[in-house]
Amino acid sequence: MSARTLFDKIWDAHVVSAETAATPATLYVDLHLVHEVTSPQAFDALRGRGLRVRQPARTLATLDHSTPTLPAASDGTRRYATAAARAQVEQLEANAQDFGIELHGWDSDARGIVHVIGPELGATQPGMTIVCGDSHTSTHGAFGALAFGIGTTEVAHVLATQCLLQRRPRTLAVHVEGELAPGVAAKDLILHIIGVLGVDGGTGHVIEYRGSTIRALSMEQRMTVCNMSIEAGARAGLIAPDAVTFDWLAGRPQAPQGAAWEAALARWRTLASDPGARYDRELHIDAGAVRPSVTWGTHPGTAIALDAAVPAPRDALDQRALDYMQARAGQPLRGSKVDVVFVGSCTNGRLSDLREVAGLLRGRHIAHGVRMLVVPGSESVRRAAEAEGLDRVFTAAGAQWRLPGCSMCIAMNGDMAAPGELVVTTSNRNFEGRQGQGVRSVLASPATAAASALAGAIADPRDWLAASTEQAA
Amino acid sequence: MNAVTRIHSRSVALADDNIDTDRIIPARFLTTTTRAGLGRHCFNDWRYLADGSDNPDFALNQPQARGCSILVAGRNFGCGSSREHAPWALLDYGIAAVISSEIADIFRNNALGNGLLAIEVAAAEQRWLLAHGGIELTIDVAGQYIALPDGGRITFALEPFARHCLLNGVDAFGYLLQQEAAIAAWEARQAVAA
Repeated sequence: MSARTLFDKIWDAHVVSAETAATPATLYVDLHLVHEVTSPQAFDALRGRGLRVRQPARTLATLDHSTPTLPAASDGTRRYATAAARAQVEQLEANAQDFGIELHGWDSDARGIVHVIGPELGATQPGMTIVCGDSHTSTHGAFGALAFGIGTTEVAHVLATQCLLQRRPRTLAVHVEGELAPGVAAKDLILHIIGVLGVDGGTGHVIEYRGSTIRALSMEQRMTVCNMSIEAGARAGLIAPDAVTFDWLAGRPQAPQGAAWEAALARWRTLASDPGARYDRELHIDAGAVRPSVTWGTHPGTAIALDAAVPAPRDALDQRALDYMQARAGQPLRGSKVDVVFVGSCTNGRLSDLREVAGLLRGRHIAHGVRMLVVPGSESVRRAAEAEGLDRVFTAAGAQWRLPGCSMCIAMNGDMAAPGELVVTTSNRNFEGRQGQGVRSVLASPATAAASALAGAIADPRDWLAASTEQAA
Repeated sequence: MNAVTRIHSRSVALADDNIDTDRIIPARFLTTTTRAGLGRHCFNDWRYLADGSDNPDFALNQPQARGCSILVAGRNFGCGSSREHAPWALLDYGIAAVISSEIADIFRNNALGNGLLAIEVAAAEQRWLLAHGGIELTIDVAGQYIALPDGGRITFALEPFARHCLLNGVDAFGYLLQQEAAIAAWEARQAVAA
């Protein structure tokens, strides 16, 4: 057999019916993640046709998008933003019950953002096909799983048949070589890659991230990278599993145990692109050139180094983005006044992200006039952070410590900023209005977010990291 | 799904590149549990001013855009979130076809699955269509071309299965359900291998 890419191996192993000129391939789905926003109409479609969920054990649901991050009132009442949000959550609770699906709801100690809890539970495993009605499903590709977002119609297809109709996408290898400089995060790397590729540079492709820099990343960093593949238009991003992956998964509740674990390891070790495997496109990135990065415009492709000048507008669209952001061409974003800082999301809401932020905030206070929300990615992250006392570091510094959820990343649960406010956010999208109508969003790493909260203006985390080291010495 | 064979309408142009699904339907309208009624929030924050009145600068609010069902858009239309509420909102608003030089993958799947004709044309033709917003277009799905008022034609590619579904008014769900035997056989093979 000719040399195959990691993508080819996973794809080939899941083809139920081969693609023809007239019909797409029928692809089997190993794990289907479900949340409250993109599923109600899909369950209704099943009801309308008198269908059941084909594989409840391959279906995992949680509540994350519409859920309040403020604690329940003293009488236990959840403070939903609207009656519709409450109804949507209750709808998933009812659907999970009716269709026999496991739901990590309010009473579960594993509830959290769908892309945080899949890996935490060990439900996400190498070689799997994973889908969810959510574009950041690409996150799970960090484990060497083929994972991508789908629409609600397709959610119904997967619920009922455990399959999807798919045309084979093209492949794009992103080779990253060299060492990331101190103070440069995985988030900076992926923002840099998107800046190079462009907001649609990955459209029609599955990205495989490769190279020494990627191998050196932790599992959580790899998730940050794969998470934002969709921001370059690629539905999926992949990283070949290795010892880092296996160590992270070992002992997780849904990971194989005992002899099954050994068998799984043997299988997972074959999940790498063969030498000489061909990609449709290749891109080379020098990790040493990556600096702390931010976005100046209204899509993630506008990433630049935070000390680099905002580029001159090339067209009316760039000018519109500059006007919306109140940014000035020729000036760096560093120093721009910050109103709100958001730390969280499926991009950067895991324990290592919170530790990074706490490392900068410890013993300090955020700038006067800045509102800062720290929202853990899951109940498990919340417990671990509180066990380490990170919550107290955040609150002592003047930040708000919230309950897990998507929160201000999508701003549909009531957590949002006011028109015109500038938000430095560790999330994944800086679209117009994404974090509230008229809100200006600047994507950044957790360290940049923390430094900016302290400074009250967009700040270089390396300045504050140096000060932290001196303080500790 | 109703069959979509021919769409005839004046066009309306939204020239911006990268019109994301948050702009098509902002997230705060996603708490619905049905597909219905999203049209009034289609392009909500672009279409309405802060006081709720129509934004006179928005292309779809122009008198000549009323009733237009063919939207010509900038490159990378429908990027971002996978929310199917975006095609639902466009359809409910009255858009039947979106033409661009590039349409984001998930949006295109979602659109075609709902009978919203999302098609890509060459960049030069897209620029021409954007520059000539308001002209009468006829989209022929079977022939895979857009007929121009002067008799000219612009051809477009269309994934054959999506084309079949549009022309026959069938959806992919029925086709998938018919594959029950193949799916069960695949599952049985996996169980043996494990």
